Parts: sequence; C-alpha cells; structure tokens
Amino acid sequence: MEHIRTPKVENVRLLDRSSGQRKASVGTLYLSATHAIFVENNPETRKETWVLHSMVSSVERPPTTSSGGQLILRCKDFQIFQIFIPQERDCVCACVRARVCVCYSELYCLSFNPNVNKEEREESWNFIDLAADYKRMGVPNNLWVATAANSEYRVCDTYPSELFVPKSATPAIIVGSSRFRSRGRFPALSVFFALQAAVCRCSQPLSGFSGRCQEDEMMLQALMKSNPGSDYIYVVDTRPKLNAMANRAAGKGYENEDHYTNIKLQFIGIENIHVMRSSQQKIVDVGEMRSPSVTDFLWGLENSGWLKHIKAILDAGVFVARAVADEGVSVLVHCSDGWDRTAQACSVASILLDPYYRTIRGLMVLIQRDWVSFGHKFSHRYAHLDRDPKEVSPVIDQFLECVWQLSEQFPCAFEFNERFLIAIHAHVYSCQYGTFLGNSQKERRDMRLHERTHSVWPQLWKDRGKYTNPLYKAEQSQSQGVLRPNTSPYCFKMWKGLYNHAEKSTPPRQSPADFLSAVREESQQLEEELTNHQEPITWEKIEVPRRRTSCLPQRHSGPDPPTLYREPIASLAQDSSHTLSSAPANQKTHTKEPALSLPLGPHGQLKSHDPDDLSTCSDLESGVADLSSRSSSGGDVGKDPDLE
Amino acid sequence: MEFAEHIKTANVEDVVLRQPLQPPSRGTLCITGHHLLFSDREESDSRQVLLLLRNIDAIEKSVENLTGYSGFFSNASHSERMSGSSGTITMKCKDLRVLQLDIPGMEQCLNIAHSIETLSCLDCVSAMYPFFYRPVDLSLPEQWGLSSPEMHYSQMKELYEKWRLSTVNRDYSVCPSYPPAVIVPKSIDDDTLKKAAKFRQGGRFPVLCYYHKKNGMVIMRSSQPLLGANRKRCKEDELLLQAVIEGSDKGYIIDTRSMQQAQQARMTGGGFESKSFYDRWKRFHRQMERGKALQESLIKLVEACGDESNNMDRWLSKLENSKWLSHVQNALSTAGLLVECVERDGHSVLVHGSEGTDCSLLISTLAQLIMDPCCRTMEGFLGLLEREWIQARHPFQQRCAHSAYSHARLQQESPVFLLLLDCVWQLWRQFPLALGFSEALLLRLATEVYASDYGTFLCNSDQERCALEVKERTHCLFRALLRPTERDYYSNPLYERTELAIWPSVHPQSLQLWKGYFLRWTQQVRHLEEAQEEIRNMVIEWGKLARS
Repeated sequence: MEHIRTPKVENVRLLDRSSGQRKASVGTLYLSATHAIFVENNPETRKETWVLHSMVSSVERPPTTSSGGQLILRCKDFQIFQIFIPQERDCVCACVRARVCVCYSELYCLSFNPNVNKEEREESWNFIDLAADYKRMGVPNNLWVATAANSEYRVCDTYPSELFVPKSATPAIIVGSSRFRSRGRFPALSVFFALQAAVCRCSQPLSGFSGRCQEDEMMLQALMKSNPGSDYIYVVDTRPKLNAMANRAAGKGYENEDHYTNIKLQFIGIENIHVMRSSQQKIVDVGEMRSPSVTDFLWGLENSGWLKHIKAILDAGVFVARAVADEGVSVLVHCSDGWDRTAQACSVASILLDPYYRTIRGLMVLIQRDWVSFGHKFSHRYAHLDRDPKEVSPVIDQFLECVWQLSEQFPCAFEFNERFLIAIHAHVYSCQYGTFLGNSQKERRDMRLHERTHSVWPQLWKDRGKYTNPLYKAEQSQSQGVLRPNTSPYCFKMWKGLYNHAEKSTPPRQSPADFLSAVREESQQLEEELTNHQEPITWEKIEVPRRRTSCLPQRHSGPDPPTLYREPIASLAQDSSHTLSSAPANQKTHTKEPALSLPLGPHGQLKSHDPDDLSTCSDLESGVADLSSRSSSGGDVGKDPDLE
Repeated sequence: MEFAEHIKTANVEDVVLRQPLQPPSRGTLCITGHHLLFSDREESDSRQVLLLLRNIDAIEKSVENLTGYSGFFSNASHSERMSGSSGTITMKCKDLRVLQLDIPGMEQCLNIAHSIETLSCLDCVSAMYPFFYRPVDLSLPEQWGLSSPEMHYSQMKELYEKWRLSTVNRDYSVCPSYPPAVIVPKSIDDDTLKKAAKFRQGGRFPVLCYYHKKNGMVIMRSSQPLLGANRKRCKEDELLLQAVIEGSDKGYIIDTRSMQQAQQARMTGGGFESKSFYDRWKRFHRQMERGKALQESLIKLVEACGDESNNMDRWLSKLENSKWLSHVQNALSTAGLLVECVERDGHSVLVHGSEGTDCSLLISTLAQLIMDPCCRTMEGFLGLLEREWIQARHPFQQRCAHSAYSHARLQQESPVFLLLLDCVWQLWRQFPLALGFSEALLLRLATEVYASDYGTFLCNSDQERCALEVKERTHCLFRALLRPTERDYYSNPLYERTELAIWPSVHPQSLQLWKGYFLRWTQQVRHLEEAQEEIRNMVIEWGKLARS
C-alpha cells in the first residue's frame, strides 16, 4: 500500500448534495489509497466525511469558474458530493480526479485488514453454513439428495459444487440436462417447503424451435416425482413471453409443453437487465429533483417504470410461493441464464414462504445461497473488476427493495430494519469484504478470496443490535407462516431511504423504531432486575427512573430545520448538522475502520458526530436558536410578490 | 314519526350482507328512521351491523325477476322460488365502505332502496339523529363543547394588556357567522368594529385567532375586504389592522388566492388590502384550491383507490391526476409559510381568502399545530378544532352533505375538513412522537364529520346551532372523545411533549397517501393497525415494568 505520503488539499469546500445540504463546509481533503477524506475546519465539530474510492461511480468535472474548480462525485449508494477547490489550485482538480479513479485499480477488500488473526478470518467464512440450512429444511431426505456431479465445477462452472437434486436424477440425467441448458445450469433445488413442494432453479433450455433433450425431460419428470403430492410442476419463465420467444431464434427459448409431460408453463414478464439499468437511473434522477411539485414527482415516478418492475418481481415471488404453499406444487424457475431474474424470484419466494428468511441471520443465509453460491455475477453487475457498462444492472437492489416493500406492508414480520438492507446494499457495491466479489464460487476459489479477504456476514451479525426491528415478534401472527402480500399498485412506494438521501433524514424524523428499541431494551433490563432481586434494594429504586430519563432524549431526534416555504413550491433546506440519517452513518462506520495514519483530530471527537449517537441531539434548544438566527439573516429574499 | 311514511318495508328476513374484510352473512334487515340494522342469524356469535342512514352516500340497486325462468331454475333455493325474484342493493358509504345487500323479493328490495335513498339525505337538520341520540350512560351535558370564547379569553392572561373580548356580535347582527364574543385589539371600540365589519365579506372583520406566547405575535383571521371595482377604502378596517401591529414594524397578510384571483374578485365587489392604504402590511398570495375543485379531487382519488386493473402506470397517473396530494402539499406549505412569518420572522399575520371559512381555517389550524405544543395534546387539538371550525364557523352542513361516491349534483360540498385531517395525519407520520393523539382519532373525526350520533358537526354556524337548540338537545362529540376509555383508545402511546415547532417536510416524497383512510377497508391496512397495536402494548408493558 502506498499511503506513505497522503496528498492533501486545504481550503476545500464540500457540499454533501445528497443530504440536502445547502451551504458547503470548508475543510481539508485528504486522499489515501482507499478513501477521499474530508475534514471540516470548524474546530468544534471537525466533522469527517469518508468516501471510499470504489464507491465512487463517476467523477464529473464541470468547467472551472471564477471561484475555482469543482468536482462532483457520484457514489454507488446514490450519495453525491460536490467538492470546490479554490482557484489557485486549479490543477489540483485533475490530480484529485486522477487519484480517485486510479486508486481504484486495486480492490479495497484485498487491502482491508481488520484486526483479526488467521483463525478468526477462516472462522468468518464458516459463519453461514448452507448445508445446515438445507438440513433445517429437511434435505437430504428420501426424495432429495446431494449430488457430486458438479464437484470441481465439472458440469457447470457457475454453480456451486454442492447441489441438491431429486433422488431419481442420476449423474447421466444431470449431465445430459446440463448440456441442454444455457451455461450448463441444470435444475437444482433452491428451497424445500414443508417437506413437500420445492422451488428449483435453472437456466433456459436450448430448445430453439424444435430441439428436445430426453435427459432434460427426465430431469423435469424427476422433479415432479419428488413431490408425491402433485402430478404436475409449474415451469415459471420470469421473462416477458416475447423475449422468451425471441430467444428461440438463437437456439434457446423455453420448454415446449408438448415435449414435457405434466408441466404448466407460466411467463411472468420481468424485464431484462438493460431495461432495469436505465429505469434505475431514472428513479435516481427523480430522487435528485430539488424541489419538484407533486405532479412532477409522480410523473417522474411513473415514467421511470421502477415500481412497475419491483411489482413484477414481487408478483413472480408471490406466484411461486402460492403454487408451493397453497397448491402444494413444485416450481422450476428460470429466465435466460438463471442468475438474475431467477435469483430474484426464488429469493422473494423464500422470504414469503419461510419465516426464517425474515430474520437477520436468515436473510444472510438466503443471500448466500440464492445469490452468492448460485453464481449471481456480482463482479459484473456491480462493476467491481472490469467495468463493462452493458453488464451492470441493479439486480440485487431490486431484491432488497422487494424485501423493503414487504417490510412496509408487514411492519412486524421482519426481524431486521431498513438499515440492514441498506447496509447490505452498500457492502455489495463497496467491496470492503470479499463476500460479494467474483461471479461464481469457482472464481472466488480461484482468486483465493477466503485467504485474502474477509466475510461480511460476521461483521453484520456483530452489529445486529442496530439492525433489529423492535416491532418484530417471532410468535406474532404476521411473522408466522406464509406471507400473503397485497401487490396492488397502491402498496408500492418509492424507497426514500435508498434513493433519496436528501430526504432520508426527514420523515420519520422522530423514529418510533429507535424509541421502541430503547423501550424494549429497558424492559428487558427491568425484567431481569425484578427477577434477580426479589427484595428490591433501595438504590435500585432510585436508579430505575434515572435510567428511564436517560433514554428519553432519544425520543426526539430533533425537528429538522424548516423547509423554506417561501418558494413557489417549497423546497427543502437542511443543514448538514441536522441530517440524522442512519444509513450514511452505517456507511461511515464501516469505512472508518482502516487504521490510516492521517493527521486527524483526536479520535474521541469522532464519536460525538456520528449521527447515530443520539447524545448530539439532546441539545435541542440550541439547534433552534441557530435556525432563527439563520432565518433573520437570509430572510427577505423574494418575499413580497406584491404586484399592484 | 314522520319517517314512517318513507318506510314501506321495515323488516326483511333472509338477507345476505357482504361487507369488506368479513365473510358474507345471512340474517334479518331492519330499517328505521335513522338506521339500517342487520342482525346475523347465527346464534353462536350473533353479529349486528348498525349503520347510520346518513352515512350512505350513494346506492345502486339491481333487481332480477326470476318468475319467468323458474322452470329452468328448478334447483334454485327455496326462498327464491317462493318470491320468484330478488334484488341487490350496493351501498357506498361516506366513510368509503362499500356494503352489499342481497334481498329476496323484488318489491321488498325496491322498498328498502327507496327508504334508504330518501332517508339518507333528508335536509331537515332538526330531524337528524343527533337530536334522538340518547345513550343510557350519558345525560345531556351541562356545558356543550369544551370551551367558549369567553373562557378561552379568561384563560389567556397574556392577552389582557392589549386585547379585549368584544360582545359586539352578541345577537349575531354584526356577523352572522361569528360567535357572540370575539377577541380584538383593546384600542378598537365596538363602533369601529361594526364599520369594519361592513367592509368585510359576510361581516367577518379581522379577529384574533392565535397568540404566540414566545414573542407576542398573533394570527388574525377575516374574510376579504370589499373594495370592489372602484377601490373603496375603510378607515376603520385600516385602524383595526394598524392596532394589531402596534409596536411592530410590519405585519403580513396571507391571501389564500392567487394574485389574479384576488384581482378578479374586485369585479364582484371583493378584493385585497392595497399597498397604498395598508402600507405596513406585506401581502403573500398562495393559491389554494377550494370548493368544487377540491371535491372533484377527492372523487378522483377515491375512484383511483378502487381501481382494480392492477396496473402501476395507471395507478400513478390516476393518483397524480387526482391532485389530492398536491392539495396536501399546498396546504402544508402555506401553513409553513404562516408559521415562518410568526415564529421565525416574528411578525403578526392576517389570513384570509374570500369568505374566510375554508382555507383560512385550514392553514390557521395547521399553523397552530406546528407552532404550539398546547395544541398537540388531545384536549388541545379538539379545543383547536372547536375554536377554529365550530366557533369560527366552517359550514359543515353544506360542505359535508355528500362524499366521494354521491351521484348528486355538486352544490356546496367540499372536503376541506378532510384535507385538514389528512394534513394532520402527515404531521403525525412525520413526527410520530409529537402529537398526543393517534391516527384512530383522525379516522373517527373523518367519519363523524359526515355522519354522526353527535351534534358537533351539525349546522353551518353558531347562530343556526342556537336557533335549533343544538347545544341543549344533542351530545357533544369532543366531550365524548375525552371520556377516560375513549381517551385511552385515541391517545398516542409514543407521545412526548416537545416545545419546538414541528416543521413539516413538504417534499413530495415525504407526503404519502393516507392509506388508513383511503384504503381503510383493505386487508393491507390491518397489518399497519396490528403494528400500532404492538407499539401500544410495548409501551404499556414498559410502563408497568418501570412502575413496579
């Protein structure tokens, strides 16, 4: 690593545009091998902003103006930073830009080195045990068995080596079937429900207009037979029918119902990665609108098509879950290659079917299985190594959003909160850990990632306190059994927490969840005290109310500075010191970890500026005083539209 | 009773009732002067549904005469063969519920439908249910309402120095829509008020509506000045407003019409305060939709919520097209402007539109909620509603005659109060800890305003209420809501008083469709209610532990 000399630029102004900050703060910009770090000059706050180079998706350089040069950093988690560099340092712009871009040549996870020894690192990779999860589902059993066909990735190099298939599927059938499937991705078990019906996944058949394959037909027959409860299976093609038909011309396509006995083919109509990529760009733009009218906003939302796509994915999951849970019929899901839309449909279905996947650990297991292990192309989709823009697409973003939409509909059914989803999203893009690197298990093995990087899951598990939804109760009716969501259009809304940092800190500005977490924690403590001490000791009695008051400041995260209602349609004005967003904080705490030898202020100061640290919010009055002074200074602009 | 003439069939057996979220049930239907009563035949858990006829906004009926086909339908049920015909009545309620009755017998069905149609929209106020509502556990109150202008004034000691209570309107002669007592600047005598009243539409001269204790600034409320085309002026009105900002350098006027609308109003005798005669007042114009446009917006939104095409683009474009959320945004941002003037800029404000009975009330109410922690408790909020909407007179009878389903030609209907409740809900959602009441209270009010057992929302003004003896002969909703059991139910378990202003965000992403109301009868809302219930339980549990 080459952080011997950390370049720094003084008197830089930074505007965190995505958090709605209006006034830039002045400070110093440091550029390490991995991060751009901005430290405010203000001696009282010395707020730090860390931007991981690999999180930067683009650096724009608008033309230099009289006040100096500027750079706009757009991040993959949709944050936007605007950096102003004073005039005399014009050339510095170029250097900064070069630095941010060049340093990207090496993946952060390869240099990221938390203080753990070798054993702990190895341990971290064993944190999620997929075999144990299959065991939990009741696999292997007399119908489903593990197959060694893909050991050493001989049959399919994008599949994991450990797979479960119907007992009657012999290695010959598997190999034959895999030859008839795109990229050799033959049907394999994703989730097994209630010891009866199963969700399996594969890629499209290479059927063309008339091709058929006996082994593949036997494979599907075996899938059907492995569910004694039904005499047919659903084959769910998650693509729009038109796309599937077009694929036939290329020798691919979908199952011909005449050749396969006892299948019911169903198209769902999730669009391809290119459509999704441009749709997401549009919704990001909607999130960036400064002060849109309701009409503009809703029009933008409709025009982006994003919620329509989210609904399609959720509908796919609902279809699969209903078939499995209500009809007891097994389902085989595929799309083209079976690693994007198929992963989405299978994992959404798993969430709906099995309450376990609605827990913190369960979601990790699910992502590890349906995404990491089954060969979702993380490196391509999230532009980790080679940046082919045509391969990039927000596939897992959409899955996480589906989970978020569900959690909005069932507030008590999920053990985790929005922050957990956003943290996973950030890790997928940041590459701080090796979990989401590479396109398949084989690639990860070849890169020896287990020796060179760390797994993200133990880290997230360690922080689970802040990812817990206080309303979650395992025994509650919402949490139990199969989730049956309503997918009417009115149930969907824009995921503000992810797409709009400007508004992220706002509603709910007062978070009932945070308060309830505190309540829950305290209730447990009190309960313990009650059971531990049959005879209450006097000092304890005094302590109880004290502790209660200590948690109260958390109840108000402090109203935001007001919107400027004077503009025709009011826009948002917020002050950076008041953005109490949780997710950037997560981001920051993760990226803060590397021990870099930077001339930063005493570390103790950092803490009080972590937006998650609620002690900063306790002084509410001062915040207001600040507001009123601001308003009187900048008050009269455009105030009187008296047009007589 | 005179209702009897509208009821030809009072009882029908073997009726099937279909209602949202519940399985259909079979039982007896009974119709009275004010209610529709359905009771289940199941003996184990007999269910009854009691529906105020007033709550029914529109009905659709369809009858089938099966007599001619009875031969073909040999396996039709016994009762069908007996009567040979049946009918279905779909009732769309003002609380957005849709109920369906399958009634055997065409004639019975038509009779019932006719009774519902007539009785649900009787115009005579004194024949309405609140005058007959006599619950056993409640005697008619000594005092109707929570407070009165006199009591309000006497509690506000800060006002004594510069403000007085004027009884110039004691016989409603100066302004028929004002209460008998109003608060005005001390230096202005009653004669001046009388003259100023002549210069304001409907006699609604500027009166005090809110006193901001932090800085002594006030919100005044009035109707538009009657300048007319030849720009009349009124010295007394100018004096009155001058007295309001005595000791301060200026005041603001928020006109809830656009500049253009205000100018056009001059053609019909209205207008706005001109700069030359009110030189220390600065005016803002904020166009707020009212009247028919607002009612149509509600109708479109409810229609969109009922759309079953399951198409995202269609939903979003209908939602946008209804403009309802734009109205919410507009109301909150205008209220925000008002608060900005008073709280941050430290100046007094006069609010008016044309009549001063709709949008003016809307934004002054919201502004007080945003600024004043006292208005955010349950008593405070109900007291605020009483002051602003009952005493200062919103014409409820006219505005809430019909809701979104009615096919009747629109007259004076306008869901201004519903818009207020929606805006308050947005505040509650953005500041879940700051308000002392819960969403359930807002839903209850939204229902009661259209059809109620209580007399609170009857009539168009205080004067009318007096004439009909509403205060003597009906129960008061606000008092009923503050009884201990009800209060517990409607309180916000997370409430924690804050002295700060709660500045709402009016960014479109921060504004949401009020699902609890508009999608109230869908399964989805049940999950959200469960979550609220869970929150309440957690807080109660915590309270118990902390006490022990």
